[in-house]
Amino acid sequence: MTAPEKTVTPETGTESAPSRTGVLREKLQQFLAFASLIALVIFFSLANPNFMSWSNVSGILLSTAVIGILALGTTFVIISGGIDLSLGTGMTLAAVTTGTFLSVMGLPLVVGVVGGILTGALMGLVNGFNIAVLKIPPFIATLAMMLIAQGLALVISGAAPIYFSGVEGFNLIALGRSVPFLALPNGVFILFGMAAIAAVLLSKSIIGRYTFAMGSNEEATSISGINVRRWKMTVYTLSGAFTGVAGVVLASRLNSAQPALGLGYELEAIAAVVIGGTSLAGGKGSIVGTLIGALIMSVLTNGLRIMSIPQEWQTVVVGIVILIAVYADNLRRSKEQ
Amino acid sequence: MGDSARPLLQACGIVKSFGHVRALRGADFDVNEAEVVAMIGDNGAGKSTLVKALAGVHQPDEGELRFLGEPVVLPDPTAAQRLGIETVFQDLALAPDLDPAANLFLGREVVKPGLLGKLGFLDSNAMAERTRSAFKDLGANVQSESASVASMSGGQRQSIAVSRAATWANRLVIMDEPTAALGVVQSAAVLELIRRVRDQGISVIIISHNMPEVLEVSDRVEVLRLGRRVARFRSRDTSMDELVAAMTGALVQEDA
Repeated sequence: MTAPEKTVTPETGTESAPSRTGVLREKLQQFLAFASLIALVIFFSLANPNFMSWSNVSGILLSTAVIGILALGTTFVIISGGIDLSLGTGMTLAAVTTGTFLSVMGLPLVVGVVGGILTGALMGLVNGFNIAVLKIPPFIATLAMMLIAQGLALVISGAAPIYFSGVEGFNLIALGRSVPFLALPNGVFILFGMAAIAAVLLSKSIIGRYTFAMGSNEEATSISGINVRRWKMTVYTLSGAFTGVAGVVLASRLNSAQPALGLGYELEAIAAVVIGGTSLAGGKGSIVGTLIGALIMSVLTNGLRIMSIPQEWQTVVVGIVILIAVYADNLRRSKEQ
Repeated sequence: MGDSARPLLQACGIVKSFGHVRALRGADFDVNEAEVVAMIGDNGAGKSTLVKALAGVHQPDEGELRFLGEPVVLPDPTAAQRLGIETVFQDLALAPDLDPAANLFLGREVVKPGLLGKLGFLDSNAMAERTRSAFKDLGANVQSESASVASMSGGQRQSIAVSRAATWANRLVIMDEPTAALGVVQSAAVLELIRRVRDQGISVIIISHNMPEVLEVSDRVEVLRLGRRVARFRSRDTSMDELVAAMTGALVQEDA
């Protein structure tokens, strides 16, 4: 019994080496995303001194709020091995619901806010049901939901914007400055608050553990006695709730619910997630990475605008950034095989 | 390991078809308490199908399973787990992006005490601690506890899979070709692990194509051929030639 042990011990000494470099590589990814963000900030502040002005920085952070909150929710979905294309128009439907409750029906503020969040969560639940129970591929199921949400938002609003001008305090949700000493709008703090919740859920709780497990090996997760159907629906519902929050924040920022706005936000959010190092193949990712990714997206958009690069070219640049991010994800995965 | 050993799990006349393919044609199989039984047979003999029936993955069309002499039905792997039966499947069934402790506790997570636990917060320290002691008890050489399983060698991964099964099984561990993808030294480590599991009083069923390994690690050998049991041997009383003869049909025991 002792003989094989003796032959095993020296080998394991060398075996632990690759795992240490694995940990290093993960840290390196996050560092690279962060370094890119710093490089962009330095580049744009050299190109235009106004870039680093407090009002511009505050603007960048506020515009990160909506994309960032969407990206936080979809981080869970992508780590679990899925995708959600209904984020953008889902956010619009949540905003329109809030607008209908508050401006049209005159319900109390809190009812409108909770109604918007629940609308997002309900859409997520339906997505989860279609994917986990009806076995519709996530891409198709959420593409269909994208159209359904867009259509419903137009039907409910009568294809016209709903204004919150008569709803006292609604625009303060995103634009008010309730935090003393830090001259930043509330939307920014909502983003960081949601990020903290998401980070704790992802790394410390059972839902986060199962999110990684399902994306890593769904069959193994199922064989381990975990109810994959139920947890998939939970993940999509959670992501939907984040979408709902984003809808309320966007509506508050614009002080209106714009039924035609929203399409395209899903791709920016997914891009932020992938730039942050979350793998489209599932099983890997982090909230800090997503936050950095969302900041990169809005710094890029803002910087190009401040340099007076035409809108059309900004879209081209964002497209190229998405390609680079996904290619980098491919490289990382092929290295690990 | 005398003849007086109590049968732990028995398969009696199991028939299982997939479409027109009759994978099992009245297969029998026995494993007694605290013994290592090797299940061998040529490709297509029905080994994996039989093992999956024992693990609750497949439902037999005919025949029955008996656990400690009583008929049982295992509708899913969870039902087998409740009886203390754990399976290491051929494709490992680990989540490669999770660390060893997360894999060991997958589906059996320990939550924090009190309200935090009710909210689903994990007690990572407790799980890491118990994982360390499980690896230590079994002599599994897994050192990097915070690294993902994907970054580890095949031997380390197999050690984690076996340790996981051994940690939760209190009756039986079933292993489908645990050393198939491993080198010589790593295989030796896994075989040593199997012996330690047996020494803890847990039975082991091992499928293997490696005859020297089968003779080395097992107490008994049962041979499947064309979906039936055709021979059984006590490992110390048999030889490689005899096993191969049984596998190829050159030797058939009437009472198998």
